[in-house]
Amino acid sequence: MKRLLLALMFVLAAGVAFGKEAVPTAEDPVLEARVQRLSEELRCLVCQNESLAGSRAELANDLRREIRDMMRAGRSDKEIVDFLVQRYGDFVLYRPPVKSTTYLLWFGPFLLLGGGIAVLLYYLKRRRKERVVEDEGLTEEERLRAEAILKQGGEGQS
Amino acid sequence: MRYLRFLLPLAIFLVVVGFFVKGLFLNPREVPSPLINKPAPAFALPQLHEPARTLAKTDLAGKVWLFNVWASWCVSCREEHPHLMELSKSGIVPLYGLNYKDQREEGIGWLRQWGDPYAASVSDFDGRVGIDYGVYGVPETFVIDKQGLIRYKHIGPVTPEAIQQKIIPLVKELQKG
Repeated sequence: MKRLLLALMFVLAAGVAFGKEAVPTAEDPVLEARVQRLSEELRCLVCQNESLAGSRAELANDLRREIRDMMRAGRSDKEIVDFLVQRYGDFVLYRPPVKSTTYLLWFGPFLLLGGGIAVLLYYLKRRRKERVVEDEGLTEEERLRAEAILKQGGEGQS
Repeated sequence: MRYLRFLLPLAIFLVVVGFFVKGLFLNPREVPSPLINKPAPAFALPQLHEPARTLAKTDLAGKVWLFNVWASWCVSCREEHPHLMELSKSGIVPLYGLNYKDQREEGIGWLRQWGDPYAASVSDFDGRVGIDYGVYGVPETFVIDKQGLIRYKHIGPVTPEAIQQKIIPLVKELQKG
């Protein structure tokens, strides 16, 4: 009985499962391409690792609509980005602007690279100096001993 | 000098760990609003219960008020709702609601079912006022001062701690000014 009910439920549920028709947006392909291009640069605040272009969140839909309306009204990309930054902050931008609070973000990696190079140069220089010290050669006594060994070896072979 | 070789990397490591530990306890959902200490965006919207009457931001000038963004479809609005009811009953500060992207009947039904803490709610059907306020996750609560500046924004459901420790002290201070 339970199984029959369950089967019946699935059969009925299959009828209920329907998809929402995609809303046609390609009335104006040029405008749509512009909306798409700009919204790829913007972060969706609801699902923070998705761009506005890629997100299906309700807010992303609304913001795309807002962007589309502003573009139709002849606003420039910069004006639209400013509109969003005023409301949501720099967080909506995937490319954070260069300003005093983001200097470390922008230039920090170069700072690290520079530091790394400095350490490397220092290390190499010190190693070379150490090797020079080692290469100062044999003492007089050692030289004589080495000569003696070489001479012996030479006689042994002939 | 000999110790420095070990202590310096260790010190750098500990600093980095410090940053990571701090980062671990930050809430990435709490994006600081650029609207703090800026004028609250203007709006003039139909009231939820009396759609023929509009309520505008200018109607509320001269008093400190809370603007709470809510919706009947919002699950965590249920969570903060009892705390808002309590705050409303205390009479410390008037609460105004922004019924965000909701159906009128459902909004009214929700308030009838759970209680209405708001002096009035306004309907933002298409979410445009929400966008002006930088709303990205309902519920959100704004504290707006007598001059109409946003002084504080709480993202997500308000907790009794947030009300007692942050909102009420701030409201009282703003009411003095």
